[in-house]
Amino acid sequence: MAFTLTVNGTSHTVDVDEATPLLWVLRDVLDLKGSKYGCGSGLCGACTVHVNGVAVRSCVTPIASVGDSKVTTIEAIGATEIGKKVQDAWIELDVAQCGYCQAGQIMSATKLLEQTPKPTDADIDAHMTGNICRCATYNRIRAAIKLASGQPVVKEA
Amino acid sequence: MTHHSTSASRRTFLKASAVGGGLLLSFRLAPLGSAEANTPDAAINAFIRISPDNIVTIAAKNPEIGQGIKTSLPMIIADELDVDWKNVRVEMANFDPDRFGVQSAGGSTSIPRNWDMLRRVGAAGRQMLVATAAKTLRVPESELTTNSGVVTHAASGRAVTYGQIASAAAKMPVPDLKAVALKDPKDFKVIGHSAKDVDGPKIVTGQPLYGIDVAVPGMLYATFEKCPVWRGEVARANLDDVRTMPGVRNAFVVKGTIPEGEMTLSGGISGGVAIVADTWYQALAARRKLRVEWTTGPHASQSSKGYAAQAAALAKQKPVMSIRKDGDVEAAFKGAAKIVEASYSYPFLAHACMEPMNSTARFQDGKMEVWSPTQNPGNGRALIAKTMGIAEKDITINMVRAGGGFGRRSSADPIIEAAWIAREAGAPVKVLWTREDDIRHDCYRPGGFHTFKAGIDAQGKLIALTDHFVSFGNDGKYAPLANMGASVFPADFVPNLEFGASLIPLGTPTGPLRAPGSNALAFVFQSFLDEVAHASGQDPLAFHLNLLAERRVQAAAPQGQPGAPTPPSFNFERMRAAVHLVAEKAGWGKRTLPAGTALGLAYYFSHQGYVAHVAEVTAAKKGENGIGQVKVNKIWVAADVGAHIVNPSGAINQVQGATLDGIGNLLAQEITIANGGVVEGNFDTFPLLRMNQAPPVEVHFIKSGNNPTGLGEPALPPTLPAVANAIFAATGVRVRDVPLNKVSKGGAAV
Repeated sequence: MAFTLTVNGTSHTVDVDEATPLLWVLRDVLDLKGSKYGCGSGLCGACTVHVNGVAVRSCVTPIASVGDSKVTTIEAIGATEIGKKVQDAWIELDVAQCGYCQAGQIMSATKLLEQTPKPTDADIDAHMTGNICRCATYNRIRAAIKLASGQPVVKEA
Repeated sequence: MTHHSTSASRRTFLKASAVGGGLLLSFRLAPLGSAEANTPDAAINAFIRISPDNIVTIAAKNPEIGQGIKTSLPMIIADELDVDWKNVRVEMANFDPDRFGVQSAGGSTSIPRNWDMLRRVGAAGRQMLVATAAKTLRVPESELTTNSGVVTHAASGRAVTYGQIASAAAKMPVPDLKAVALKDPKDFKVIGHSAKDVDGPKIVTGQPLYGIDVAVPGMLYATFEKCPVWRGEVARANLDDVRTMPGVRNAFVVKGTIPEGEMTLSGGISGGVAIVADTWYQALAARRKLRVEWTTGPHASQSSKGYAAQAAALAKQKPVMSIRKDGDVEAAFKGAAKIVEASYSYPFLAHACMEPMNSTARFQDGKMEVWSPTQNPGNGRALIAKTMGIAEKDITINMVRAGGGFGRRSSADPIIEAAWIAREAGAPVKVLWTREDDIRHDCYRPGGFHTFKAGIDAQGKLIALTDHFVSFGNDGKYAPLANMGASVFPADFVPNLEFGASLIPLGTPTGPLRAPGSNALAFVFQSFLDEVAHASGQDPLAFHLNLLAERRVQAAAPQGQPGAPTPPSFNFERMRAAVHLVAEKAGWGKRTLPAGTALGLAYYFSHQGYVAHVAEVTAAKKGENGIGQVKVNKIWVAADVGAHIVNPSGAINQVQGATLDGIGNLLAQEITIANGGVVEGNFDTFPLLRMNQAPPVEVHFIKSGNNPTGLGEPALPPTLPAVANAIFAATGVRVRDVPLNKVSKGGAAV
């Protein structure tokens, strides 16, 4: 079936089965490899993208449900003011270890800061707990979110 | 710095003695091959290229799995080459051990194995540049100095950049690596200064970087269904139904080649059904229609319940095998003022790397090329050669950044699957596992059971200790990584000691998980020692500092199967220093904590690293002997991994990650076997640590005067006992079985 969707400001028409998750349309049809497959069940957050301004797990979002929504992925989040600040903070604090989950972490963190410009630790816990980091870079993810939000952060090294 | 002249030719093999491990490493210091034709850069040696505008490209020789080695190994070369890190570009090396030496990630060996060698590689490059500058400027080498990629003749005020003379330097003879002049460590400008991960900008912008992102022209995608039971084979499968599914190009049965008795994932290809399609999701959708009847073989009756029953029976008997015997434990128990006895257990664990297993392969004109997020490309190449009858010279393995490794990617199973299916499909193929495939077809951290007995004398000293280790294995041999060495602490520090083992037959592959052996042994030994400390009436810190005061038995000769965590020599003074420091930083005995909040101490020596932890935990007792809510408030870590921390930013990240990984192990992770297969399949049943469970981890390094050693692993083992000991201090309930959510009657709400 043909579906027309808008990804990072560009309209694409793709011919896939209606049950195909958005993640696999992004990765294997549109060649946007930034959103990652981690669990296929909405449990880890590695595939997080924004659909009409809402953070969703693209691995459990069928393409048929996307319609003419605007999809934003990690590849374009740096074009937003908050997204850029989050990416810069991630670099500044050298957050990543393997880095595989960080696209999803950044998409979730950007959404958090859009909604809550100065998040507390409790806000961060509540919003980021859906994103697993197997390397457990949580100390630095927390610090980077605070840095991106303009709150004081003690740099470790 | 002075120059040592040399006559060695660039074509000869050079041997460098690695001070770190005492190993003789041999490799050929030759130009960087693949890229030199396409760039104006001059290749100084296999590791170093320099462009006319003085940008230095350094090859990262070892697989990057999140341990930061793609950044830290090139830093070592850059420092001795004497260039600024900001002018360095890093690129992944080819897999070519003749040129680069050992290329693998595992055992926290990359730093100790490469520290000396890569310093010499950088210094050799610098020496060639200095020799070239001497010719260019017509001055003696002894009058030249280097700094930031520039050679300067101070007397005449003249200088040349490395970039200006690099192509001439590339034609100079390669110096003898043994004889090159190394920097005085006080002059290090790159080593010891935090550098950011070289792939950071690509990571945060979502650029293709990982194995799963590899794209080869004409590539198809495959999914591969294997039997839930090890070495099971396809009896029947409805391939015709699968082949009619949209996008499916091919579906076929693979007959397994794994020999009987093989208990690793690198012995052949598993039997199963491969489905090849235009997209991976099409392959997966087709797999949902697949119905396979399996021939499961003898392992199908195994279960975790059965293991527990066998363990209970074996624990009542004498150990079948002796691991170590010192003094006379029975006499010592008779004379002891106090006896402490306890039994411990821990489960099988999966690796659950964030990036599920995958590899991409292309078979063309008799040659196999593979792109894989592997920890051990040599293992993959050998397995393809053995299984598919392709000569090693016709196999190319490209190392791709891995989304986590933790030991899992030392096994070559995703590589052989991609290679086999690509040849069968007649097209390049990417094989990608589902999360369920990943959890259910792992080489697991083996579970284990320990029954301890300790004798304490009237002065509170530990005088006797026995451990009956009930582990897994077949025909009197431990399953892979299911063994225990003879030197596990406190061996050597207790005059009367016996370690023995008995084995439960196992039909599930096992393998290394981050800090193999130590990740379990630290929990049981450091927890039981905490029991002994409390029973002796001493504060645990005082008890341990006493225990670490003197070696009471001559060090045992290393023993056990290859790969066993048998430390070369345990330096108890380094361990004491780490324990002292962590206690001081955590305010041990100095802070008043609210009721239900307490500290726990643990330490462990593994992978040549000395690491001590203090955990602060708030926990409540639940019911008779259970634990309610547990919150880890903070963990302090003191680590001694030698005189230099190559990249402090990366090192702190590793210690924090390994420590938190240990909390994840402790809280709720368990692999359960039923009907010979793994029950858990995804993160709902095999939960990884999450943000709201992750306390701050404060890291302190002790820079002792020892060669630098690795840091991917040694910070994990002390975590579990430190937290478990804090739970005891807070609640009076001893954690003897992990994960925590199955502790005794109460169960834990974590």
